[in-house]
Order: sequence, then C-alpha cells, then structure tokens
Amino acid sequence: MKNIALYIAIALAAAACASNDKKDSATVTDKSTPVPSTTASTGSSSTTRTQPSQPMAGNPLTDPNSPLSKRSVYFDYDSNSVKDEYRNLVQAHSRYMTADKRDSRMRIEGNCDERGSREYNLALGQRRAEAVKRMMTVMGVTDGRIETVSYGEEKPAAPGHDESAWAQNRRADIKYAGE
Amino acid sequence: MNASLSLLARGSLRALLLLAACLVVAPASAQLTIDITTSGGRQVPIAITPMAGDTSQPQSVSEVVGADLARTGLFRLVNTAGVSPLPTEPSQVNFPDWTARSAEALVIGKVDPVSDGRVEVRFRLFDVAKQSQLASYSYVVAPTQLRATAHRIADLIYERLTGEKGVFSTKITYVVKKGRRYELQVADADGFNAQSVLASNEPIMSPAWSPDGSRLAYVSFDQKKPVVMVQNLAQGTTKAVASFRGNNSAPAWSPDSRFLAVALSKDGLTQVYRVPANGGDAERLTESAGIDTQPSYSPDGQWIAFTSDRGGSPQIYRMPASGGPATRVTFEGTYNVGPRYSPDGKSIAFVQREGGRFRIASLELATGQVTVLTDGTLDDSPTFAPNGKMILYEAQVAGRGQLAAVSGDGRVRQRLTSSAGDVQDPAWGPMPTN
Repeated sequence: MKNIALYIAIALAAAACASNDKKDSATVTDKSTPVPSTTASTGSSSTTRTQPSQPMAGNPLTDPNSPLSKRSVYFDYDSNSVKDEYRNLVQAHSRYMTADKRDSRMRIEGNCDERGSREYNLALGQRRAEAVKRMMTVMGVTDGRIETVSYGEEKPAAPGHDESAWAQNRRADIKYAGE
Repeated sequence: MNASLSLLARGSLRALLLLAACLVVAPASAQLTIDITTSGGRQVPIAITPMAGDTSQPQSVSEVVGADLARTGLFRLVNTAGVSPLPTEPSQVNFPDWTARSAEALVIGKVDPVSDGRVEVRFRLFDVAKQSQLASYSYVVAPTQLRATAHRIADLIYERLTGEKGVFSTKITYVVKKGRRYELQVADADGFNAQSVLASNEPIMSPAWSPDGSRLAYVSFDQKKPVVMVQNLAQGTTKAVASFRGNNSAPAWSPDSRFLAVALSKDGLTQVYRVPANGGDAERLTESAGIDTQPSYSPDGQWIAFTSDRGGSPQIYRMPASGGPATRVTFEGTYNVGPRYSPDGKSIAFVQREGGRFRIASLELATGQVTVLTDGTLDDSPTFAPNGKMILYEAQVAGRGQLAAVSGDGRVRQRLTSSAGDVQDPAWGPMPTN
C-alpha cells in the first residue's frame, strides 16, 4: 500500500542517485565497485570478489580507517541515551549525510538484550534508534532521510546469556540505503 | 500424584492426520511433549475402559481421552487392568467393582466399523456412586478423525464433570526457532499434529488468532523490519495489513474481527493504533510521550489494555477501545507489561519483573489483586485457553525458549518440551466452531 509505494519511491530515488553520481567524478569510485552487504552470503560475495585485493579506498563507508565504517552505538541497560563516546560516530555520519552525500538515506536499526518482554523490547529498540536519529536531525540531517526500525531482541549480535553478550546486543546499527 | 504423559510422535498417525487437515501447511518435524509438573487440589478418580474395537483402529480413542483429562491435573486415571469382560453396554457395568477401585466416574464405549470405511464411536459416562448415566454420545467418522473425536469426547466429559467447557479440541500456535530458521507452527492443544504454516530466515513474532480461528496475524521481518501480516490458514494466502514507516507489531484482533490493534512507530515513538483487519489507514488510539504497545481487547470489545511507560516505568493501562483517556491498572513494581485479557474479561495476565526475574502474573480487575503464577527467570507471552482455565506462556529453560502452562490459580503446571529448538511466542486458539 502506501508503504510499498514509499519503497518504490526510495528505490527510484536510489536509482536516480546512482545515475546522478556519474556527473560527480570525485565520488563516483564507490559506485563502480559493488558494496558488499553486511550479511552477504558466501555465494554472492564470491561473485564480487573479482578484485579481492582492492581495499575499496574510495568508499569511506566501508574503509576501516574511516570513522564512517563504525556503525554501532551501544547502550546501557534500560537506557536509550546516546553516550558521549558515540558522539563523534554520529557526527561523522551526520556530516556525510549533509555534506558528502546529500541524497543518501539511512535506516537505523535498534536492538535490545534478551531480558524482558519481546514486544516491549521491540519498542525499546525503536526508541534507541530514534535517539540516534534525533541526534542526527539536530546535526542537520532532514527527518525524512532516516527511517528508524527495531529488531528488539530478535537479532542478537552475541548469542550468550550473560552481561558481555547483552552489552553487545543493546545497540543501534546504522545502515545506508542499498547496503 | 503427578501424571506424566509422554505424548510422543507417532509417524503413521501423523501422516493420517495430515491428510485430514484442512490447513495449507507442511508437517513440522517435532511434536511438543506435555508433562504435568505440579498439580494441586483434589483430583477426580475416573476410570476410562479400553473401548471394544478400539485396538483395530489407527488411534486408541480411550487413550487420548484419558491423556486429555489427566493433563488438566484435575483427574486421576483409575487402573482398569483385570476388568473382564470389558463393559461396552450399561447392563454390563459392575458398579461395586468400580467403587472398590475407588472410581467416581466411569467411561465405557466401543468402536464399530460401519459402511464406506467409516467407524461409529459410542461412549457413555457414568456416576459410579449413583450408578447413573451422565452422558451418552455416538459419532460416525472416518478413521482419520478418531483423534479429533477423542478430543470431543474428552471435552464432553470435562464439561459434564467440571461445569466448564473443555479445550481439548482447540489449537495452539507458536514460533519455533532452529538456528536462523523460523517457523510458525500450529498444533493441537495436546501438542500433536504440529504443522508448519510459515517458514522464514527472518524472525517471526507475536502470532494472534482471529476470533473464528481462520486467520493468524503475526509480525514478519521478511522486509528487514517488523510488518504485521495476516495469513488465511485454509487458503495459505498472506497479506500485509500494517506496513507503515518504522515498526509495525503487536497485533491484537478486536472481538468482532473488524480491527487489529497494532503498535506502530510511524509517527515517532511506538504508539497504539488500529487498522482494518484487511488493511487500510491507521487510526491512532494513544497519544503519549512514551512507548505505548502490546494492546489487548477486552472480550466485550469495550476496552484495550496496553503497556505504556508514559509514567516512567512500563505499566499496564486501560482505555476505551476507540481511544480516549487511559487509566493505569498496575501499581506494584517497576515493570508490568504485555497484558492479555482473560476470556471472561475479569482478569489480565501479564509479565512482571521482580528482582531481575520475569514472571507471569494475574491481575483481578475488580479488586486490583495481583497473583504471581510462575517462578521462571524469563517468562513471557501469556495466552489464555479459551475457557480461561490455563495460561500458556514462553519460559526460558537452560538458555532455550520452551512453552509452559499454568492454571489460572497457579496450582497446576505443565511443561511443553520440544526437541526442535527455541519455542516461543505461543497463542492459544479459540473454541472450534462446528
């Protein structure tokens, strides 16, 4: 329905972005190499592995030396406040959205540890994602370019049942459209 | 005395039942095994004699009837060994013998082949002390329907002896997680005949039965975010009914089936809305600065109970079903979430955190009395049997999700174990409509 239409609109916008980018030779390099999805299967990654030694230096989003390759903001238990130590990370992505890639869109995915009720955790994860988004909008990113969603406790990064696992699971992940 | 019933897989039976099933489904790989772990109070001693002709059939009717009744924790099965000949007619019943075996109720019956391959099942229920017949029924069914027939017989016996409707012919649904694979399964209330109605490599959450049992609403992550879907079980068709920007979750059917109350984050933080059950525009029902989620309609359709942390800690509130001022109904503790109205509308089951442990509790609305029913560490997702007598829920055992059930008074407890993986998010289906 409306949302499918929205998705199509986003897809069209993304396609339009890709073609527009060709005019901008300074930043076109990252579009020439497929960006591997973070959850790429072995099958699809082998097809993109034609130049395995290429460090993708042109794409700051995946360059491990770039602050933009850092995508996760971690939270304290029962908290949705973005700690000071993640301010630079959020700032870097905000700057990228407002200065470098003014047509990019992102999704912020909130997550929780396993403790508590599944559906309430889903809402808590969404509030964490919203907290990161709010910081970005204060930094100048327009509201409509960021969708916040939540996986609640459904997609733990660490499978354990102790604090060290839970600490890794209380987080918000930043994903750009097309990733 | 704890009855322990191992209701293990019977391959041939399952295959037959599968043929009979009208759901568009695939067979699930593992059954649930239900054990009674605690039972309290007096149990009615009942003798269920093997039915004549029963052993030549694919399913022993008397075994299923006995297992159904024993599982409630309200009955004790009286040993029938050595009774000869087994009575199949009232005139053959030796009441003094059953009194000597301390049986208070007696079930006799027989299974006879009739034309076109079908069988006739007859049963009679007696009050042993009064030497009188309490019930007598006869069914002509296909052999594949014997298990379902046994559940109907157990329902009748249960109702005659307790005054409450039985739920042995109902179904349950739950999510099984095996590695990265999620399956939404539907099974009989005794854990048999488990069928997979949906499978995905993305999470599946919060299944909810439509009031007539024909559809399941649930939360799918197939679009890489939570979306509320409705699946028609007979046709196997699915439809996204809430797929707005942000999160879409926590579906609850209105009793008249017209609406789904849902939790949406399309306007910022999660709030409660309603959407037409076939999809359409969302109408916002709550307006708070916090999280509002987990709606549950009262059985009369007048109210929606929900979780809100508008006051700081998450608590349960209640508002008119079309929105309006909400009143808080839980006051003890700092974490009371996930309300579910009981079928009689008089109480609400919910999840309470106490000292870092999450347990199922029950709130009596008239008095405000809260009773903690379970003693787990991470109990979640309570769901009432349609007669209100049992609450099925998710428990974490050794790091794995498993299902468990507790009677409304906390006295009878069952554990439903599965070898399949994590079993989570149960929902008990409605009474069957015949």
